[in-house]
Amino acid sequence: MERSERIGDVILSVEGVSLSFGGVRALDDVSLEVREREICAVIGPNGAGKSSLLNVVNAVYRPQKGVVRFLFKGVERRPTHPQAAARLGIARTFQNIALFKGMSALDNLMTGRYLKMHSTLLEQALYWGRGQREEIRHRRKVEEVIDFLQIEAIRKTPVGRLPYGLQKRVELGRALAAEPRLLLLDEPMAGMNLEEKQDMCRFILDVNDQFDTTIVLIEHDMAVVMDISDRVAVLDYGRKIADGPPDDVRGNPKVIEAYLGVAS
Amino acid sequence: MDWSFFVEVLVGGLLAGVMYSLVALGFVLIYKASGVFNFAQGAMVFAAALVFARLREKGVGLLPAALLTLALLVAFAFGVEKLVLRPLVNQPPIALFMATIGLAFLIEGIAQGVLGAQVHSLDIGVSDVPIQVRGIAISKFDLFSAGVAAILVAALALFFSRTRTGRALRAVADDHQAALAVGIPLQRIWAIVWSVAGFVALVAGVLWGCRIGVQFSLTFLALKALPVLILGGFESIPGAIVGGLIVGASEKLAEVYLGPRIGSGLENWFPYVLAVVFLLVRPEGLFGERRIERV
Repeated sequence: MERSERIGDVILSVEGVSLSFGGVRALDDVSLEVREREICAVIGPNGAGKSSLLNVVNAVYRPQKGVVRFLFKGVERRPTHPQAAARLGIARTFQNIALFKGMSALDNLMTGRYLKMHSTLLEQALYWGRGQREEIRHRRKVEEVIDFLQIEAIRKTPVGRLPYGLQKRVELGRALAAEPRLLLLDEPMAGMNLEEKQDMCRFILDVNDQFDTTIVLIEHDMAVVMDISDRVAVLDYGRKIADGPPDDVRGNPKVIEAYLGVAS
Repeated sequence: MDWSFFVEVLVGGLLAGVMYSLVALGFVLIYKASGVFNFAQGAMVFAAALVFARLREKGVGLLPAALLTLALLVAFAFGVEKLVLRPLVNQPPIALFMATIGLAFLIEGIAQGVLGAQVHSLDIGVSDVPIQVRGIAISKFDLFSAGVAAILVAALALFFSRTRTGRALRAVADDHQAALAVGIPLQRIWAIVWSVAGFVALVAGVLWGCRIGVQFSLTFLALKALPVLILGGFESIPGAIVGGLIVGASEKLAEVYLGPRIGSGLENWFPYVLAVVFLLVRPEGLFGERRIERV
């Protein structure tokens, strides 16, 4: 199937969002629509408001103006805190890896299943009946993600001891374990070498392809962004200055100015 | 040297150490899940023992008394989460630590105000008579409490590593932001962990209460737990156990063998000296998580 045919209806709609911290305007009237199964990249110079936008989407920050709406299966939702966002099927990774460092890779991924598990505290404590069945079933699911990301060898290693590239991969795994409908990736390839970047690109494309996951990612590496995204939105000083297919954005004079500082 | 005497002192010390481990365990649980050093743990041990003892004096059965006390401790845990922890979210750890100091005074004051300050004796039907094993005298009560502690620790270790809530507790301890993004409800987790710590405090309080009587000095057990934690590591359940054993055994051996030479009363300060040595050599403790800081 052609990529363009796979892309469905709008599932995330950011409308006129403004966010400021004290006197600093992080986002200024930003709107963005993301469609189902789309890979949408958000780019921009440092401090442009990219991470803030992601934090608004999964309700870590509440914007002073504007709304964020999700349209999953035709039902509109507006989560007000990160936990609600997670319950809607929004998973994310962080710019500065936020893993549970003392826990093994496997346990980190298992926490990703937290909201999918429903046994009561007593059932878990006794490890009996539903508690046990559930644990086994979810463990199997997590093993699938581990296979998918090819991290079998490190599943019992405390993630704090893993090299940076692998930590990033485990963090992606934790997000995938939640079987998200919308995946937010904050600089998934920052600090990686070429080989690690290629691996990560492949994983992102495979996730999108195999699980029909919609992906919004922030990335600095232009070659990567142009390669894997269906659409690119560009932020500069908290405003959106361009939005469209990679090729259009690449030639946009405003984008070139923002990045190179050339007066057009 | 008299070996059977040595072994007797050693075993007595180890068994006493188990009792320290129990108190230390309460600290470890809360520290693991919320990064807070709960100064009020000693007060919780005292209050739990006092409530339990008063219920027993009123003629309530063993199990009902334990369950009633536990219910009170769980209610207390949820109250602490709502009134103390929640308003202090995102404050530095020292603010939370100060709050637990306040909490300690509050618990001690209220418990004594309502239930009285006199010493209560407590009996749970296990006698403190020595039994002979291969010529070595071992207290039956000490064996009983060691057994209880072993079961408690095994159950907690499994709970932490094999269950969803156990993993969530550890996750919250590691990274609040990431835990929230995964969908773990911080507040609920804190309330649960304080409840579990309350349960451990009850077990420790009852066992210690039987041993030395239910009295205010139970709160000072918290101080004895400090060297245990430094030895074992603040975030490790096995560490609390091994730390407790080392402190128990070493203080008794020091008292018996070094005491006559450098003056008795050694067992009161020896564990702290040991803790200082450990801080110099291995600050994360025997089982602490060694974190590699990347610059």
